[in-house]
Amino acid sequence: MFSRSVALSLVLITSFTTAAFGADIGQIKVSRGSVSIERAGQSLRGDAGTRLQGADVVKTGDDGSVGITMTDNSLLSAGPNSVLALDRYEFDSTTSAGRFEASLQRGTLAVVSGRLAKQSPDAMTLRTPSATLGVRGTEFVVTAQ
Amino acid sequence: MSRARGASIVAALALAAAVAGCAPRSERIILLPERDGRSTAVIVRQGGREVKLDQPYAAAELSYADPWSYRASEAEVKATFKDALAAQPSRAAYFTLNFNENSSELTEDSKTVFESVLADLKQRSVVDVVVVGHTDAVGGDAFNDDLARKRADSIRDALLARGLAASDVVAIGRGKRELLVPTADGVAEPRNRRVEIVVR
Repeated sequence: MFSRSVALSLVLITSFTTAAFGADIGQIKVSRGSVSIERAGQSLRGDAGTRLQGADVVKTGDDGSVGITMTDNSLLSAGPNSVLALDRYEFDSTTSAGRFEASLQRGTLAVVSGRLAKQSPDAMTLRTPSATLGVRGTEFVVTAQ
Repeated sequence: MSRARGASIVAALALAAAVAGCAPRSERIILLPERDGRSTAVIVRQGGREVKLDQPYAAAELSYADPWSYRASEAEVKATFKDALAAQPSRAAYFTLNFNENSSELTEDSKTVFESVLADLKQRSVVDVVVVGHTDAVGGDAFNDDLARKRADSIRDALLARGLAASDVVAIGRGKRELLVPTADGVAEPRNRRVEIVVR
């Protein structure tokens, strides 16, 4: 009975955590020049402070650059003429378990990985048009022109 | 495959691309030096091939059919990634505040730490903060869930009083489930009476 009530309260806490963060997976911290977000067929302005959701595609124009902090504390920043798709993001803030898949379809990107990649070597994957990058907890840059 | 033969195949591919009138795609991945010296890696997979980048400035170029390893330079990184790196957000900062026993009152030392949280927040233009409250192992689950939540809420209130927006500060209580210092149930341990703060 005791362990059952503990298990139940853990379930409640986990769901509360998810609810507390809502659908937000990250936030635009830095936005310069033209930055937009494609979400469910609509184009939104990518101003600093904007919260991001799963499947968002972040785009920068000729004069644009953007810096994003995800809820696992990973940092993604893109230079001009970039297209970055946040294809899939699941993060359990209690256990650091989850999955992060993003694609740099075009442009330049700097990455500092966060808790997901630290917790599991297979948790974070970045795709480019021709390759797949497995991220083992690190800092790197990618360009696809 | 010999190096010379590899080079001639590359030359042939480049020529083919030039004849076709389209520049080959260029993709590059460069590992950067770690700030804290951890050993890490990026595994680049293209087709059936794999290149492991695990040294500072180890790089792969994907212009042709297979990934090519090379050593990049700081100058190359600056030239290509200046804008992307300039847009990189500040790294997350972590703080731990301790509380008096069975209380949401900060210890004297932690009042100083709270001031450094405020100083860190001033350095950031767009902030979001996660506050997670914990207790030691004295008392039952319901009691400690409540106390942990009260501790987190008291810090959240203090941050809101200093001007942070309610939507930018999340407070969570974890009770006695995640002891920083493992103890038997019922043991009083000051280091477990804490709130952990992540500032992003």
